Amino acid sequence: MKFDLLTRSFKFARQNAAGHGRNVPTLAIAGIAAVVLLAGCERPPIEQKQNGFRGTGMDTNINPRIDASKSANNEIPVTLPEASPDGPLAASVYQNVQVLKDLSVGQFTRVMLAMNQWVAPPEQSCNYCHGANMASDERYTKVVARRMLQMVRYINTDWKDHVGKTGVTCYTCHRGHAVPQNVWFESPTQGAGRGLSAGDPNLYSPHATVGDSSLPYDPDTEYLLGDRQIRVIGEHPLPDGVNSSIQHTEVTYALMMQFSQSLGVNCTYCHNSRSFAVWDQSTPKRTTAWYGIRMVRNINNDYLVPLTATFPTHRLGVLGDVAKVSCATCHQGLFKPLYGVSMLKDYPELKGPYVHEPPATEPVAPPAPGAKTTSLAPAAGAGASIKIAQR
Amino acid sequence: MPEYQNIFTRVQVRAPAYLGTPMPRGTWARQGTPFFNHLFGRFGDAQIGPFYLGTTGLLSLLCGFVAFEIIGLNMLASVNWNVVQFIRLLPWLALEPPAPSNGLHFPRLQDGGWWLMAGFFLTSSVLLWWLRMYRRARALGMGTHVAWAFAAAIWLYLVLGIIRPVLMGSFGEAVPFGIFPHLDWVAAFSLRYGNLFYNPFHCLSIAFLYGSALLFAMHGGTILAVSRYGGEREIEQILDRGTAAERAALFWRWTMGFNATMESIHRWAWWFAVLCPLTGGIGILLTGTVVDNWYLWAVKHHVAPIYPHVFPPVIDPASLPGAPK
Repeated sequence: MKFDLLTRSFKFARQNAAGHGRNVPTLAIAGIAAVVLLAGCERPPIEQKQNGFRGTGMDTNINPRIDASKSANNEIPVTLPEASPDGPLAASVYQNVQVLKDLSVGQFTRVMLAMNQWVAPPEQSCNYCHGANMASDERYTKVVARRMLQMVRYINTDWKDHVGKTGVTCYTCHRGHAVPQNVWFESPTQGAGRGLSAGDPNLYSPHATVGDSSLPYDPDTEYLLGDRQIRVIGEHPLPDGVNSSIQHTEVTYALMMQFSQSLGVNCTYCHNSRSFAVWDQSTPKRTTAWYGIRMVRNINNDYLVPLTATFPTHRLGVLGDVAKVSCATCHQGLFKPLYGVSMLKDYPELKGPYVHEPPATEPVAPPAPGAKTTSLAPAAGAGASIKIAQR
Repeated sequence: MPEYQNIFTRVQVRAPAYLGTPMPRGTWARQGTPFFNHLFGRFGDAQIGPFYLGTTGLLSLLCGFVAFEIIGLNMLASVNWNVVQFIRLLPWLALEPPAPSNGLHFPRLQDGGWWLMAGFFLTSSVLLWWLRMYRRARALGMGTHVAWAFAAAIWLYLVLGIIRPVLMGSFGEAVPFGIFPHLDWVAAFSLRYGNLFYNPFHCLSIAFLYGSALLFAMHGGTILAVSRYGGEREIEQILDRGTAAERAALFWRWTMGFNATMESIHRWAWWFAVLCPLTGGIGILLTGTVVDNWYLWAVKHHVAPIYPHVFPPVIDPASLPGAPK
C-alpha cells in the first residue's frame, strides 16, 4: 500500500513535469493567497527581551528592521559651541526680551542660533520670526516661539517626574520642522449608533492613530485635552455601583493603542496584561507615563489652546482648533525620545529659571493678509482646562 | 484501500435521487427537483435537494433578510452611500447599539433604534430557524438533539445581545454589528471587567471548545482509520460490534487505557460542543452583574497565582499627596 502511494506521487510528479498538471495554477493561487494574507505581518526574526518574571509574557518585542528605519529621524544635530554666561545680560542689550532675561548676550545668541537650526525653515531663517525690527512682535511666529520657550523651561523645571534629567529642547518636538510633525487636531464627533443619518466617510475608516483598528479614532480630545477618567476597570471584585460603559472602555483602549504606537512598545512595557489596572503588577514605566499624560494635558491647556487666536487660520485644524501635542509629538516612535540622549545637557540655557506667567490670551500679532484669526477660538481653557498644583 | 486515505471522498455512489420519507398531512411539499453535483460529492452527498422551506423557514429567511438589510444599509449610509467605500471599509463598518446614557429606552432610529430593530429581526430569524429544526426533526421521527445543540448557541447569543444588557440596565452593553467592531467589543469587554481569562466559566468554555476540537479529531481519525473494516457504518457497529469497533476500542485502550464506545463517543462530542456556549453564556451573564473585576475576584479566591516581584514596587501616583489630577 505504501508502494502504491509512492507510485501515485511519482505519477503526479511526472504529470506536472509533462505540463499536464492542473495543480500548477492551484499552487500559484495558494502562493499568492499566502503572500496576501501575510502582507500585514512583520517578517521574523523579532528580538525579544524578557523584563518580568519568567512565563508572564512581560517581554519587549523588537523588530530590528523597524528600529533601523527610525534612526534617521532621531539623529542629534551638531551641538553649537558653548557660550559664556559672563558679560552683559541680553535683556539689557536687546529690547523686548521677556523670557531669556537671565542669559548673557552670548548665551542668548546661541539659543537663537539653535532655534534657527532646530525650528526655522532654512530659506527664511531668522526672518521666520523676526521682521526688520528684531524686537517687534509683529510676526505671530515670534509670539508663539516666546511662549514655547517658556513652556520648555516650565517642562524642564516642573515636569521632572516625566522628563527626568534628560529634559526637553525645541528639537525634541520640532526636529527641523517649523511645525512639529506629530501634532493633532480635534476631529468631528463620532457618535454611537449613528445609523442612516450618518454621512461622514471618515467616521468608520481605519485610522493610523489607533493602529488601523475600528476603535474610536480621537481619544485625544477627551483624554489629552480634557481630563476624562481613564480608569474604567472595576476597582473591587464585586460590583460597587460605579459602572464604566464598554464604549468608554473602547476610547481608553484607543488611547492606549496610540501610546503603544507613539512609543514603539507593546502593552507590557508599562502594564502586566493579567491586570491592566492594578499598580503593584505594573512596571515603573507606568508611573512615568502617568505623569506624561498629565504633562501633555497641562501643555495643551495652558500653552497651546491659549495660542489659538495667535495662529493664522492655515495653522489651525478643520474645527478651528490649535495644533496640540500627544505622546508622539516628542517620542516619535521611541520609548525615549532621541534614544534618551539629553540635548538639554548641552543647552543649559533652556533649563530655567522658570517664572510662572499667565498664558497670553489676546492675539498679539496682526495676521497675514487674508488670514482670519478671530471667532474660531474656543474660550481659552473652557471646560477642558485643568489646573496643576505647583510644587 | 487507499481510497480512505484521501481527504476527499473518492467514491461517489450514484443512484436515483432519494426524495425522502412521505410528508405528514398539513405540511408544505418539498421544493426543487433534485440534482447531482460532483464537487459537492467530494465533501458530502452529491445529491442537492429537494429542499423543505415551510412556514417557519420562510419567515426566518424573511426576518433574517430584514436584519441583514438594516445592518447593511446603515453601514452603507455611514460611508455616505458610496459603494466603493462600503466594500473597501466593510470590515471597519458598524451598526452600534444605543449610547450607554440611553439605558433601556427605545432611542431614535439614528441613535441606536436601528440597532434594536436589527437585533429584533435577527433574533426572530434565529428563533424561527430553531423551531424549524425542531419540527423537521420531529417530522422525520428523529430525536431533537440538533435543535437543542443549536439552542445552546442561541443561549450565548441572547445573553450577549439582550439578557445581560437588560440586567445591566443599558442596551449600550450589547455587542455592535460589524466585523472588527464586534472584535474590539470583545477586547474592551475583557478589559473593562478585569480580564475574562480569570472567569472560571470562561475557562470551562475554552476547555470545552478545545476539547470539542480534540474529540472531533480523535473520533474522525479513528473512524476513518477503521473504515476499511466497515467502521464508518457506526450505527450498525453500535448494535453489532464488529472487528472495526474492536480494533478502534483496542487502539485507544492500548494508547490511553480507556476508550469510548461506538455510541458514547457521540454523547461525548455532543456534550462538549453544547457545554462550550452554555458555560460561556453563564460566564458572560455573571460579568458585570455579580462580578466586576475577574482578576481581583481570582486574587480574592486564591485562583490567580502570585509571581515574585521583579520590578521595584510601583504605587499609584494618583494616591500621592499633591498629585496632579
